[in-house]
Formats: sequence, C-alpha cells, structure tokens
Amino acid sequence: MTKENFIPLVSKIHNQRWRITFPVFHRRGKDRFARQAMGILAIAASLLVPVIILALYKRTLPILEVQTLSELLFSKEWYPLRGLFGFYPFIVGTFWVTAVGMVIAIPPALLTAIYLAEYAHSKIYALATPIIDLLAGIPSVVYGIWGMLTVVPFIEKNIAPMLKLRLGVLPIFQSENPTGYSVLAGGVVLAVMVFPIIIAVAEEVISAVPQGLREASLALGATRWHTVRHVVLRQAGPGVLAAVVLGFSRAFGETMAVLMVVGNVPQVPRSIFDAAYPLTALIANNYGEMMSIPRYDAALLGAALILLLVVLIFNLGARLILVRMVKNR
Amino acid sequence: MKKHKIEETVFKFLMLASMVVVLGSLFLILGTVIGRGLPALNLAMLTQTPKGGYYLGKEGGILNAILGSLYLAGGATLLALLVSLPIAIYLQIYAVRSKFVELIRLSLDILWGIPSIVYGAFGFTLMLFLGMRASLFGGMVTLALLELPIMTRGMDEAIAMVPAALKESSYALGATRYETAMKVIVRQTVPGLLTAVLLAFGRGIGDAASVLFTAGYTDRLPTSLFGPAASLPLAVFFQLGTPFPAVQERAYASALVLTIIVLTLSLISRRLAGRWRDQIVR
Repeated sequence: MTKENFIPLVSKIHNQRWRITFPVFHRRGKDRFARQAMGILAIAASLLVPVIILALYKRTLPILEVQTLSELLFSKEWYPLRGLFGFYPFIVGTFWVTAVGMVIAIPPALLTAIYLAEYAHSKIYALATPIIDLLAGIPSVVYGIWGMLTVVPFIEKNIAPMLKLRLGVLPIFQSENPTGYSVLAGGVVLAVMVFPIIIAVAEEVISAVPQGLREASLALGATRWHTVRHVVLRQAGPGVLAAVVLGFSRAFGETMAVLMVVGNVPQVPRSIFDAAYPLTALIANNYGEMMSIPRYDAALLGAALILLLVVLIFNLGARLILVRMVKNR
Repeated sequence: MKKHKIEETVFKFLMLASMVVVLGSLFLILGTVIGRGLPALNLAMLTQTPKGGYYLGKEGGILNAILGSLYLAGGATLLALLVSLPIAIYLQIYAVRSKFVELIRLSLDILWGIPSIVYGAFGFTLMLFLGMRASLFGGMVTLALLELPIMTRGMDEAIAMVPAALKESSYALGATRYETAMKVIVRQTVPGLLTAVLLAFGRGIGDAASVLFTAGYTDRLPTSLFGPAASLPLAVFFQLGTPFPAVQERAYASALVLTIIVLTLSLISRRLAGRWRDQIVR
C-alpha cells in the first residue's frame, strides 16, 4: 500500500461535523479510479477478438460432432435439409472472387500510390486524396447497386462476348452463364472497394522511405522511375506487400456488394464468367432459415468463423509488418 | 539512355491512367446512384412508410428506413463513444509506450479488419445467449462493436497530435493525469475527436451485413428499443431484389439518401480536420 491509499473514508472537518469522503471523490482517488476503469475498458476491448472467436467456435461445435473438419471444408455436398454441409464450393467461390478482384485492383492501386507519393504536384495531391477518402466512405450496398446497374450489364453485353470470341480457347474465359452476374462482376466491384485501402497504406509506406536514398540514386544518374523501381520500392517492399494483404482481407470479408453481383449459384466456378457463391453471401442469404433446420445455424456460424480466422491471419501478418517498419524508421 | 526515357514516359502514362481509373470510379458510382435515385426521390418518399409491405407494396416511402438508420447509427455511436474515449485517453495519457499499449493498439487494428458479417454473426450469438430477438437495441450493440475500433483509433491519433509541452505544463501545475485529460487534452482535441465520431457514424450507418441478423427489418417506424428496426442499407438490399419497378424505386431513393448522408458526414469531418490543424499550431 502506498501512502496515497490512506485517504480517510471518514474525515473530521472543522472539528464539528463528520463528512464521508469516498476515495473516488478525492482528486488523486479520482485519478486512480479513472486509470483503473479506463484500463479495464482497454483490456476488455483487446479481449474482444478472442471472445468473438470463442463464441463462434462454441456455436460451431454441434456440426463438428457429426462432420469432420475436412468433410466440412472439402465436401461439395450442400444439402442442409439432409444434414449435409460441405463448404467447398463456397470457399472456392470466395477465393475466386477475391483473387479476380485483387488482380484487377493491384496494378492501378499501386501505380496510383507511387504517383501520389513520388510524382504528384502538391495541388494534384490535395485534389486526389479527398476523392480517394470519399471512395473509402461509400457504403457497400451502394457499390452493390453500381455493380448491378452498371458492371453486370456491361460484362454481359460487352466484355463477355468479346473475350469469349477472342480468348475463348482458354477455359477461364469460357462459360455457359448467359447473365453478367459472375465472378468477374464481383471482382470488379471488390477491386474498386479495395482501391482506397491499398492506395492509402502503400502511399504512406512509400512516402516514409528516406529522402536521402532517392537523392543518392538520382545523383548517380538514374531516372525517376528507375529510382522508384530499384531504390524506393525495394525499401518499401514489405509495407507495399502489407498494403496488398490488407486489401485482400478486406475483399475477402466483403458481403453485400459481392452478394448483389456474383449470381449466388452453389457451384465451383470454372471461368470468370461463371456465377459463384462466396461464404459471406451464403451467411447473409440464409440467416432467415438457419434456426428452423437442425445444425444449419452451426454451419453458417462456422462459415463466419472460417472467414474470421482467414482474415485474422492475413491482418495480423500485415499489421506486424507495418509495426516493424514504423519501428525501423 | 533513350530506352530509360521511354520507360519513364510509359510508366508515367500508366500511373496517370491508373489515377484516372481510380478517381473516375467514384464518379461512375455517384453517377449511377444519382442518375437512378434522383428521379425516385420526392417528398412522399421521404415522409411516408411503405404501404402494403416493403417487398410488395408499390406505394409509400422510406421514412421507416431513414429513421431506423439514424436511430441505429446514433445509438451505436453513443455506445461506442462511451467506451472509445476512455480507451483512447488510457492509451495516450495513462499507459504511454509500453508493450501492453502496443498490444491493445494491435488488437484494435485487428478488430478494424474483421468483416462486418462476422460482427453480425457474433451479435446474433450474443442475442441468442441473452434470449433477445432481432431489435433496435441488438442492432445498436452490434454496430457499436463495429464502430469501436474505428472511433478509438481515430481518437487515439487525434490525441497523439497534442504537443507534449501542453501535457507537461498541466502536470507542472500539479494537475493529475485525469484532470489533464479531461480539462486540457479533450478540450484541445474536440474537433479531432468529433472527426473520429463522424467517421464511425458514417461507417455504422452504411453497414448492412451486421444489422441483417441483429436489427431485423420492418415497415413501421421504430418505436421501441426491443422491436425490430428498418435501415437504409437493408432497404436498398431487400427492395432491389423485387421484380416490381415501383418497389425498386424505393431502393434507389434509399441508396441516394444513404450516399448523401455519408458524403455530407465525410465533408464535415474534413472541414473539422482542417480547423483542428490550425488549432494545434497555436
């Protein structure tokens, strides 16, 4: 016990009246109480991740009692009424949509980040960054509407016929799906959604590369692009990777926008024009029935747990890279 | 040497083209939403609830969703504020630069990255545990969890901008950390804190996946904390799925209203951030 702890609960004032003063109401007591209360809140917040994992895991247990984990993950049989829950088509669907989204998103996002960090005049910078922020703030259903009204018809009428005609020999461009609701539509919408996050993080790590390195390279006669490619990007490489990984995990867990444009057919897609059915869409579409069919709720919450764990691993990796980069600076 | 020049020009062109793609996509999205939403928007749309069921009825408006969304996001933001501000103060004032603080920051960043559908699923398990049904309150709590990391990290960074000298002067005058936090730091950073609150509110009001399970949907105006509540993102989602153009109009109008709310919030917080920068220099 420190000296500060001896704040009298009952103190005598002016030798006349007894007044009760709780330690909390004393200046130092208040400070100590605030420290403890705030500390408890902070610890509680950091325990939220394990609590969410545990809660979902506990709800998933009933399904793990009747199906093995590998059955759950690699079985193609999805017949909830017969008690068969195979996530394989949905997991593959999620990876397809996310992968297509990242392939579309990475080149423009990184080039924009490099431009903003290395080339852009301060006026262009001041003009472009608020727009990118606005893009980040748009709700996912609005992306979804845009996808349904603009991207899907465009793929149906222009991109799909053209690519099938020109590159139809490749199975990835072949499809029987007559609509535009496809892996590609989901990918395009996701790509636009992850632009802001990749650009923001990549721009920050590129800007953080010490100016001296650039000057040394330019002084040796390298062009600006060569400086960027061989000096700046080499230095910022892990951070740029972290930016991409953060974008990936954002795309991986996105629900509404994807749900509205991928077609939601439970199959393993073979081409970018096939419909897919990602895990997130599976959860969102079936929550209504999940309490009326046995173990359905366990299966869907298990799907949420899979999503959470994948995103968690990617996020943790990216954040650890970023924290290390900040420390080394 | 000439090869290098060509490479430089090619990549510069590619970078500019990328910028056009990225910035252009915002205008494409806004164009679609405004183009479809503006014709659907009128006074009746904003002041009436849907007649004859939101999925089938062709008359009426989206007042249920507008009010529901404001209640949901407002309540969630309030709940999140009660927790976020103390945590941010704790991270910046009480426990500075320790491993422990880094761990809390890391877990907040991780929380930030958790998909909203997972928050929805977690909120749902929480409600099952407590024996609650889909309700305004359930939605608020789930959204508050979603907003918590956004708001806390925003406030954390805002408070980090306060010059150390200010803190030290306060300590030198004999103020405790608590007094310094409440009377000096919080006052000094009000615009920054507000920016964090608005950012969280904007994220909360636009999120659909987390309220899907927890808040439900209804044609009526929200009156009770423990009854279901409609929301704008779900109004878009459900009403777009119908085959009736008149019902889809309501979805477009909802999307436009939602976009306007979110963009306005974003502009206000940008203003605040600007003003706050002036304050710090002083």
